[in-house]
Amino acid sequence: MLLRGSHVYAEAAVRAGCRFYFGYPITPQNELTEYMANALASLPDGVFIQAESELAAINMVIGVSMAGKRAMTSSSSPGISLKQEGISFLSAMELPAVIINTMRGGPGLGNIAASQGDYFQATRGGGHGDYRTIVLAPGSGQEMADLTRAAFEYADRYRIPVIILGDGMMSQMMEPVEFPDPIDPKSLPPKPWVLDGAKDRPSRIIKSLILDTSAMEEHNWKLFRKYEMIEKEISQVELFLTDDARLVVIAYGTASRIARGAIKRVREMGLKVGLMSPKTLWPFPKRYLLEMSRVVTDFLVFEMSTGQMLEDVKLSLEGRRRIHFYGRPGGIISTPDEIAKVINNIYFKEGLETEV
Amino acid sequence: MLIKTVFSGFGGQGVLMMGYILAVSAMRGGMQVTYLPSYGAEVRGGTANCTVSISDEDIASPVASSPDYVIAMNNPSLIRFEGQIKTKGTIFLNSDLIDIDPEREDIEVFKIPANTLAKKMGSERAMNMIMLGAFVSKTKITSIDSLMNGLTEVINTKSKKQVEINRKGLEMGAKYVLKGEWGCLREKLN
Repeated sequence: MLLRGSHVYAEAAVRAGCRFYFGYPITPQNELTEYMANALASLPDGVFIQAESELAAINMVIGVSMAGKRAMTSSSSPGISLKQEGISFLSAMELPAVIINTMRGGPGLGNIAASQGDYFQATRGGGHGDYRTIVLAPGSGQEMADLTRAAFEYADRYRIPVIILGDGMMSQMMEPVEFPDPIDPKSLPPKPWVLDGAKDRPSRIIKSLILDTSAMEEHNWKLFRKYEMIEKEISQVELFLTDDARLVVIAYGTASRIARGAIKRVREMGLKVGLMSPKTLWPFPKRYLLEMSRVVTDFLVFEMSTGQMLEDVKLSLEGRRRIHFYGRPGGIISTPDEIAKVINNIYFKEGLETEV
Repeated sequence: MLIKTVFSGFGGQGVLMMGYILAVSAMRGGMQVTYLPSYGAEVRGGTANCTVSISDEDIASPVASSPDYVIAMNNPSLIRFEGQIKTKGTIFLNSDLIDIDPEREDIEVFKIPANTLAKKMGSERAMNMIMLGAFVSKTKITSIDSLMNGLTEVINTKSKKQVEINRKGLEMGAKYVLKGEWGCLREKLN
């Protein structure tokens, strides 16, 4: 099926058994809300609400999640900022949820062009408190479908909000997509912690207010242990032509596609260059990078920002290898030729063309 | 092989539909495709546009900084995209609405009186299909058969009559090329 990115997210969510969507309009992802309105209206168990604000939408997600159902909301950068309080609450209460961020140029209202300026906000927690969210970064229509399915599964498995970080170009672009078979929400395993009426059982409490400091500390350590486990279990990368690479480009989302085009060009000129494209931004795929740094001396981080994932690459490599950076903020989409030139410059400047 | 095409015109001329049908047709023909509409701030009477990339391998960027082909449906589109076309690329002009000539001499120019042909056919709204039919027939970017299938797939929710009108439009555009009726400014480039 040839489908617009926004519609891919929506269809994949419905197929993942999501029957509750709450959103507030913002460009460039309104088509997602539009699709959900139609898709959920035609399902007997579907609930779609265009909320009165982003805050309302994320709090509706909290409510549904407490009741044990799969729920989703989506927005674009400024709207995601408004949802951060709710995301912090979801994290505190260990509630699964899927939040899609179609990033645009920023800060502030910025513009509606494709950008990657929200990496820090997504991967560092974003709201207040000592927490993390899983962050997934699709780079194609097919990955939008696959990672949306994965997002719901991770959210339930770890009881954690999952953010899918895309951008305006990916949401507007149409690409061929194949979807996995739909999941009937009734077939999902029951969750033993949900608030669904305490008839014939002791009542349960889900809250984020923990006034006792020792209890709060213990809760924070519990979350921390969970985050450690997630870091061990789910980091994912996609590799392209890295086997013999002397220089490896690190890029995610739209930037990874452009980098791939650039690498094809420089490969034609005989440059040994590969691509590592993180699919999980948190947990950052540190071990793949460390593994690769045993043989690769030079890395080029390419982002549609002034350098945010760059910090994770630096933290992972701890000064062991040369890290180069190229970024264009503000909604500028570099061309593969432009990145090919950057690669070319670095390659020869560092003398990578000479045989070891 | 990687071919990028930009369709551009007034909102309402059906430029997004042209690109969409081409993308679906090429996909069904077994090619990799991306379709990227312009979104956001376009001015009224300006250049609503979309970019279709067709390739036999993965497509890196769906953006066309220098398209192989441009289909311009109005003057602003010609002005905006003429400078971006690849050397030896081609621009297809709706000569009923475009009254200026491209300045570049390193591109091919084809003129199609889409509105006139559409009127002759009995439905002026089919002029986008006439352009698309002519474009595909000339460039052979996909086959006319797959284009017809793409059309049916895309607008099958509409009435049979609508499908028929659009189908006739595609045929008319394709025939116009085959008969060699078009006004060609610089068809042969060295």
